[in-house]
Amino acid sequence: MEINITKEEQFNFTSRFKKILGIVLVVGILAVIGGIVVGISGGEEHHGAEHEATEVTEEFRTGEGSGDGPRTHAPGTGDPQAFDMAAVEHGPDWVTRLFANLWINNLFFTGLAIIGVFFVAIQYVSQAGWSTGFLRIPLAMGAWLPYAGVLMLVVFWFGSHDLFHWTHEGLYEKFLADGKTPNPEYDEIIAGKEAYLNTAFYIGRTIAYFIIWAGAFYFLRKKSLEEDINGGTSYWYTLRKYSAIFLVLFAVTSSTAAWDWVMSIDPHWFSTLFGWYVFSSWWVSGLAAITLVVILLREHGYLKVVNANHVHDLGKFVFAFSIFWTYLWFSQFLLIYYANIPEESIYFIERLSSDYYSPIFFINLVINFVFPFFVLMTRDAKRHSIFLKITCIAILFGHWLDFYLMVTPGVMKEYGGFGLLETGLTLIYGAAFLFVTFTALSKVPLVPKNHPMLEESLHHHI
Amino acid sequence: MTASNNYVVGLYDDEDVLLEAVQKVRKSGVHIEEVYTPFPVHGLDEVLGYKRTRLPVAAFLFGLLGTILAFTMMIGMYTIDWKMNIGGKDFLPLPDFIPIAFELTVLISALGMVNVFFVVSNLKPWGIPRIFDLRTTDNLHLIALNLDANTIPVEELRKVLKETGAVEVNDKTFE
Repeated sequence: MEINITKEEQFNFTSRFKKILGIVLVVGILAVIGGIVVGISGGEEHHGAEHEATEVTEEFRTGEGSGDGPRTHAPGTGDPQAFDMAAVEHGPDWVTRLFANLWINNLFFTGLAIIGVFFVAIQYVSQAGWSTGFLRIPLAMGAWLPYAGVLMLVVFWFGSHDLFHWTHEGLYEKFLADGKTPNPEYDEIIAGKEAYLNTAFYIGRTIAYFIIWAGAFYFLRKKSLEEDINGGTSYWYTLRKYSAIFLVLFAVTSSTAAWDWVMSIDPHWFSTLFGWYVFSSWWVSGLAAITLVVILLREHGYLKVVNANHVHDLGKFVFAFSIFWTYLWFSQFLLIYYANIPEESIYFIERLSSDYYSPIFFINLVINFVFPFFVLMTRDAKRHSIFLKITCIAILFGHWLDFYLMVTPGVMKEYGGFGLLETGLTLIYGAAFLFVTFTALSKVPLVPKNHPMLEESLHHHI
Repeated sequence: MTASNNYVVGLYDDEDVLLEAVQKVRKSGVHIEEVYTPFPVHGLDEVLGYKRTRLPVAAFLFGLLGTILAFTMMIGMYTIDWKMNIGGKDFLPLPDFIPIAFELTVLISALGMVNVFFVVSNLKPWGIPRIFDLRTTDNLHLIALNLDANTIPVEELRKVLKETGAVEVNDKTFE
C-alpha cells in the first residue's frame, strides 16, 4: 500500500506567532520588574517569613550551616556557631531570589533542550522507525543548548555565592591567617569535597557538558540535513554510531550535571540516585514538550505524516515516564524516610516541615503522577489530543515546580515565595525557548524526507 | 453460542489473501463465526469488525482489587492486630506500605487478566476447545462459517470461500 502524503513540508514561523511570543516576553519582563520592585520595597511576597522560627526551622538552619545533621555533632565540626550568620539573621533578599529563579529556569529549559537531542539519539540507537515523521521537532529543541550554556555560566558567574554555599572561600580553611586560631567558618564536610566542588573544576565541567551536548546537537542536525539532500542509508548508519557514543557520554554527564547544578545546592546532603531523578524529570517534561508541539503543529495543518497512532505512542511515552519519574521520586524518598539518617532526611524535613513548601511538595506529586496516571490511562485519552494537551501542559508546569522544589529551599531557606518574579522569569525563558526552537524548525524541512525509515513511519499502526 | 455444530470452513495459505477474503466474505453478507490463524495477523480484528477488547478494564479492576487487598492486609496485620515499633515509625507508615501495595497490584492485575483471558477465550479447564483443523497451528488460516447463523445455502457459502482464494473448503461437524 502506497500512502500519498506530502513529505515536503516547511514550518512557517509566522509574524503573528512571533508577535504572541513577543507579548509573552514583554509581560514576563514587566512581571520581573514588578517582582524586583516589590522585593526592594520590603518583599512582602516572602510567604515563608510570616511564620515564626519554629523549633524545626531553627533546627534545619543549624543543620544547614554546621556541616552536620541537626541531631549529631561530629567532632571537629561541633561548633554550632559555624553556620552562615548572614543567611539566618535576615531572609535572603530579592537578588538571591532572582538568581534562584534564573537557576530554576536554566535547569528546566536546558532539560527540555537536551532531551530533544537525547530523544533523537534514542530513536537512532533503538533503530526506531515510527518517530521519523516528527524527528525534526525534538531536534529543533536542541537549538536552545548554546544559549542555555551561556546563561548557565553567566548566572553561575554572578550568582554563585547566592546559589551555592560551597562557593564561599572561608569554608575550606581550617585555620585563620595566623595558622593557629581555628576558622569558625571551616566546614569539614564541604572541605572534604573540595577536589570536586571547586569553582574552576565546576566551570570546566559545565563547559564540557555543553560542548558535548551542543556538539551532538550540531552533528545530528548536520548529518540529518545532508541526508535530506543526498539520501541513501549511509547517513543513518553514521547517525546511529554517533548517537550511541553520545548516549554513553550523556549517561555520565546527565548524572554529574545533576550533581553539579542541583545537588550541590545542598552541599552536605547527597542522594545516590539524584542524577537519575533529575534526568527523569527532564525526560518526561521533554516528552511532554515534544508531544505538545507535535499536536499543535498538526492542528495548524503541519505534519501530515503524523497520524493518531504516532500521537498515541507519544502519549504512552508521557504516561509511562511520568510513572518512571514517580518511581525514582519514591525510591529516593522511601529510603531516606526509612533509614532516617539526619544528614539525609534534612532534605525532606526542609520541604515537609515548612508551611510553605509542604503543600507544593504534595501538589508536585499530584500534578506529575496522579493526574497523568488517571487521565492518560485509557487508550482513547492517548489518541485524543485534548486530553494529551491538558496533561502535557500540566506535566510541564509540574516539573517546573519539581525544579522549584529542588532549588528554592536550598537557596532561599524557609523564605521561598511564588509571585511576579517566578511567573515573569518563566514567561521570559519560555518565550525565548520557543522562539529559538521555532526559528530552528522553520529553517529546515519539517520532515526528513530521505530518512530510510520514513516509509515505516507512514505505515505506523497500532 | 448457538447450539448448531455444523460448519463450513475455508483454509487459506496466505495472510494477505485471508485479509481480503474476510472482507469479501463479510461484504457478501455472510456471517463469519471465527477466524483461526497460526500466528497473529495484523489488522485481522479490524476487518472482522470486532469491538476492542475490554481486557484493560479487567486489568484496572483487578489492579484496584490488589491495591485494596494489600492495604487491608498490611493495615490489619501491622496497624490493628500486631503493632510493632520499627525504627520509631508510625503504626500506619503509608510510605512503607507502597512497595508491597505496588507488588500486589501488579500480581493481582496480571493473574486476573490472564484468567479472564482464559475464560473468555474458552481455554478454561472445563472448556472443550473446538479444533476445526489441526493445520491452523502449522501453516494454514481458517475461516469458520456457522451454517445456522447464515441463511445462505451451503453451496453458496462454499462457492464464496472458494472464490476468495481458499485452498481447501471442508465441512465440519462437532458432536
